[in-house]
Amino acid sequence: MKKLMTVFALLAAMTISGTIAGTAMAGEKLRIGVEGAYPPFSWVDPDGTLKGFDIEIAMALCKEMGAQCSLVQQDWDGIIPALLARKYDAIIASMSITEKRKKKVNFTQMYYNSPAKFARRKGSGIEITKEGLKGKTVGVQRATTHDDFITAVFGDEVTIKRYGTQDEAYLDAEAGRLDLLLADSIAMNDGFLSTPAGKDWEFVGPGFNDPKYFGAGAGIAVRKGDAKLLGALNKAIDTILANGVYKRINDKYFDFDIHG
Amino acid sequence: MDFTIIADNIGLYIQGLWTTVQLVVLSLIVGMTLAIPMALLRVAKNPLIWALPSAYIYFFRGTPLLVQMFMIYHGAGQFRDALDSVGLWFIFREAYWCALIAFTLNTAAYTAEIIRGAIEQTPFGEIEAARAYGMSKPILFRRILLPSAFRRALPAYGNEVIFMLHGSAVASVITIVDLLGAGRIINSRYYAPFEAYISAGLFYLGLTFIIVWIFRQWEKRWHAHLRPRDTSAAEVAAPSLTLAR
Amino acid sequence: MFDMQGYLPFILEGMKLTVAVALLSLVISVVLGMLGALAKLSKSSAAQTVAGVYTTIIRGVPDLVLMLLIFFGGQIAINEIGDRLGWGYIDISPFVAGVCTIGFIFGAYMTESFRGAILAVPKGEIEAGHAFGMTPGQVFSRITLPQMVRHALPSFGNNWLVLVKATALVSVIGLHDMVFNAGQAGGSTRQPFTFFFVVAMLYLVITGVSDVALRWADRRYSVGVRKA
Repeated sequence: MKKLMTVFALLAAMTISGTIAGTAMAGEKLRIGVEGAYPPFSWVDPDGTLKGFDIEIAMALCKEMGAQCSLVQQDWDGIIPALLARKYDAIIASMSITEKRKKKVNFTQMYYNSPAKFARRKGSGIEITKEGLKGKTVGVQRATTHDDFITAVFGDEVTIKRYGTQDEAYLDAEAGRLDLLLADSIAMNDGFLSTPAGKDWEFVGPGFNDPKYFGAGAGIAVRKGDAKLLGALNKAIDTILANGVYKRINDKYFDFDIHG
Repeated sequence: MDFTIIADNIGLYIQGLWTTVQLVVLSLIVGMTLAIPMALLRVAKNPLIWALPSAYIYFFRGTPLLVQMFMIYHGAGQFRDALDSVGLWFIFREAYWCALIAFTLNTAAYTAEIIRGAIEQTPFGEIEAARAYGMSKPILFRRILLPSAFRRALPAYGNEVIFMLHGSAVASVITIVDLLGAGRIINSRYYAPFEAYISAGLFYLGLTFIIVWIFRQWEKRWHAHLRPRDTSAAEVAAPSLTLAR
Repeated sequence: MFDMQGYLPFILEGMKLTVAVALLSLVISVVLGMLGALAKLSKSSAAQTVAGVYTTIIRGVPDLVLMLLIFFGGQIAINEIGDRLGWGYIDISPFVAGVCTIGFIFGAYMTESFRGAILAVPKGEIEAGHAFGMTPGQVFSRITLPQMVRHALPSFGNNWLVLVKATALVSVIGLHDMVFNAGQAGGSTRQPFTFFFVVAMLYLVITGVSDVALRWADRRYSVGVRKA
């Protein structure tokens, strides 16, 4: 009897794991590169845990694929070199899908899209035109699409200050060292404008999402040649979009549909 | 490795080079101006006179330049309202001035120590002779002590100039586009750490060689009297730049 | 202004890391320093050239540039080498990069310190050692080394103090030392000056303690030596 029960239990376990592990990545160990300095998409709580939209999407996708995921925090400057250097296997850090980046890595389909916007100090009256921006100081995060955009389009008019993290840009903005910020509108809203630190700042101007500079939304980056992981991630994104997991995470952070 | 990206962006490196040179030269000049009176105060007998310079020198030599720069740059943000009310905020608003102030205060402390050490090593005979001539204290300092001290301080000061050049690289951490700042921009734009940082390193290496050469010329000129007449003993006797501070 | 708002333990955690990086780098720098000094003093011109290039590079390139190069580029380099030799993936964490960089940099400074110290050991004693039939290894460990320590101590101590201050740079590559933590705490509380000032004081504590230790070592290794 005991022996039968053991065999039965074993068979049951195999069947169950067989259904969960319906994808190619089942049971595999996966390391995900995240930034941890980009609220509300990723940040580090005072007790040291990583939290945020990107983090939860990462965990949801891993669950969907049946893979065992660990998160690796990495500075934005080195986030792609570290992927290529195999510190981790995928980047889930609100990374925009751009042609320039596609030369080094492959992207999944986009998992959210939001425009970039300028922010200015309340009462400063700065307008987003070539004349309005002349001589102003704009803070951006180094090596982001915002950096590329402002350098290419307004590079001659403004003084650009480049920071390692978006948080550092907020700090200098609050301290009065910047006239304008240019960043993702959602990140800037949740991470700065609606916090006490950003109470003197407001959005100004239109949303920018010209694919030439800002790419086609945020995607997950994997190494070129890692087709298996790419396929599994795409499939998992489709799944969570369809089965309501994405919506649940979306609604936890935003009161509108960020996927678009 | 693809160094054509460096060639394409050489303008950025030149701009960074110019910023680095500015920061280093300006801070050295102002630092030296501050260091001389500080060194003179430091060798005074009266504790009331040397206490404050000593504390200043101890602080700026005992703490990292990076921390000093952060204290001024980020710290200014904390005291923004106070600075605003005395009209000084516009200085601290700019990262460039914050870095310059930090570098100046730092090199002033090290230079003051170097000058002090050199003054204290003045052969007593020179001082005796000056007093025998009836020189007053200010004249003694101006005509005998300081020139003699500067000559003695040359190797150590050469080291200090090089350390200042290397230290200036931290300016890139507070958004200044100096030589290293240019490297960081190239690194993040092209995902090319080797090309970006090796190029920056080569520029710094070049600057260091120039500084070493300049100081060697000065030493040849001002230490001429120290060179032995017999050139076979030249290697042993001629003072030269050493690595250790 | 000096209310730390409960972040003091956080800063002290960082201090532990600062001290750990400093001590480990010291070990590496002493080993490299010894090798470098012996290389510079050896008969082999190849060894002298290598040591010469090493010290020239360190003298000519800022610490921060080397640190960024080793941190960003080191991982890629290790991977390339690892791929060719069949090793698995070896991770270059900020800690490893920081310790290796600082150890590598100060190895060059120690090379100069040790070289001068070895040269200061009276040649007569070394000759006597050879005359007694000691092997070169025995001459080194019984005669040169103990006396060398005394001569090397001042510049060794100097290098240590500069090394401690250099560890602040690891905060730039994201290592959670006390400078990094001060930045975080300062950002969260909007009081960066307070925390950086505290960190500055802690550095003075470290150098103060080092001063006492170095003076003790100087006394101990100068037993029987008459000082001017």
